[in-house]
Amino acid sequence: MITIENLRKSYGKLQVLKDLNVSFGPGKVVSVIGPNGAGKTTMGKCILGMVLPDGGDIKLDGQSVLGKHAYRSQIGYMPQIGRYPENMKIRQVIEMIRDIRKDAKEVDEELIGLYNLKSMYDKRMGALSGGTKQKVSAALAFMFNPRILILDEPTAGLDPIAAEILKSKILKEKKRGKLILITSHIMSEIEEVADEVMCLMDGQLKFHETIAGIKAQANEERLGRAIAKIMEED
Amino acid sequence: MNKIIKYVFYDIIRNKIVLAYTLFLLLLSFGLFNLGGSPDKAILSLLNLVLLTVPLISIVFATTHFYNSYEFMELLVAQPINRKKIFMSEYLGVACSLSGAFILGVGVPMLIFGASITGLYLLLTGVFITFIFVALAFLASVITRDKAKGIGIALLLWFYFALIYDGIVLIILYAFADYPLESATLAMTALNPVDLGRIIVLLNLDVSALMGYTGALYKSILGSLWGIGLAFGLMLVWAVVPLASSGRIFSKRDL
Repeated sequence: MITIENLRKSYGKLQVLKDLNVSFGPGKVVSVIGPNGAGKTTMGKCILGMVLPDGGDIKLDGQSVLGKHAYRSQIGYMPQIGRYPENMKIRQVIEMIRDIRKDAKEVDEELIGLYNLKSMYDKRMGALSGGTKQKVSAALAFMFNPRILILDEPTAGLDPIAAEILKSKILKEKKRGKLILITSHIMSEIEEVADEVMCLMDGQLKFHETIAGIKAQANEERLGRAIAKIMEED
Repeated sequence: MNKIIKYVFYDIIRNKIVLAYTLFLLLLSFGLFNLGGSPDKAILSLLNLVLLTVPLISIVFATTHFYNSYEFMELLVAQPINRKKIFMSEYLGVACSLSGAFILGVGVPMLIFGASITGLYLLLTGVFITFIFVALAFLASVITRDKAKGIGIALLLWFYFALIYDGIVLIILYAFADYPLESATLAMTALNPVDLGRIIVLLNLDVSALMGYTGALYKSILGSLWGIGLAFGLMLVWAVVPLASSGRIFSKRDL
């Protein structure tokens, strides 16, 4: 579904991605892990076209997405820190995005309902707490029934109940055959939702394995310890 | 694209600066028309004030608006929209609302006090200057991510075009007074959109001799419809070049 070939990106002298090669298939939840600054967010932003790579290619269903924009109708994105126009209300932000994506056939308002966002519709985005902004981001990411979801540390600012709601939503969408990329540092959460783990280190692919595969390889029962073991090995 | 412009408009209307700008221009124009004897005199005073304030307000407002819309643009970039479209919508939204304020603030008093064709030229000049300085502001804003730096560059640009440039031209004219400078002056004028605007209006006011060197020379060389056409054409170039280059930078930049 998504193929990344020799992706390179540097910010000034700092090389964030060094010839990254990886591919993801449908119906999977892939957890992207790695130390801070390993290039996880940059990879997501490259797929979205927010960050423009220095070299390499990103293909969606065999077609390069670089320099294009229409393909983004198939992607839902939830940023690490949602930044929204401060004096717009929740209602206006949601209506604006819906207005822009009028051609979407299906509108999924499940998260708006579950997070009870309608009761806060008239609050300004600038007045919202970090967690509520995350809820808005999540609702927007899932709203247009995209085939691919890129969730950047989705549960980081959410309360436990909201995080549970999101996790069950992720699993539900997976069953519908979607590809879901999640960056996360919380091992228990990864174990709960993910099928595969992709580990980035210093801008390169360290490993890309199924969870069972990782455990078998490290001969460990707990995922956290297994991953730590593999990362220490070399 | 129209949809995005609509939201840019909403945003601008909400922050009331454009309204204050309109009122300021209205007050200024009414005051000057009431003060001076003939409408032509009022237009002359108005021209000088407009050429000083319109670029300043356009460039500062557009720069701050661009930085304040960063979140808005970030939100849109993840949607299936072309980046160029986002950029152009921002530009047209800002430039059109400022031009609207200008036309309302200066045009309405002109209609009431019955200005001549010169008034129309002043209006056109003001609109062109607005579009040019909004484009320059966007160029300043895409060059740097730092808001303070961006506004600094924008203010420097204004200083340069509104004040410093005329000083430089005068120095050159005095220093090389012994040489024939007609064509050089012409070229130098073309390098400053504010001077171009001034000339367009002055050519129609018959007071160009009183208004400094650059203007007087232009009158003798280009005192025709052809000259005015050329001046407006040059102003168009002044708007398109910074706009196109900032658009290019914006679409090749990480957000």
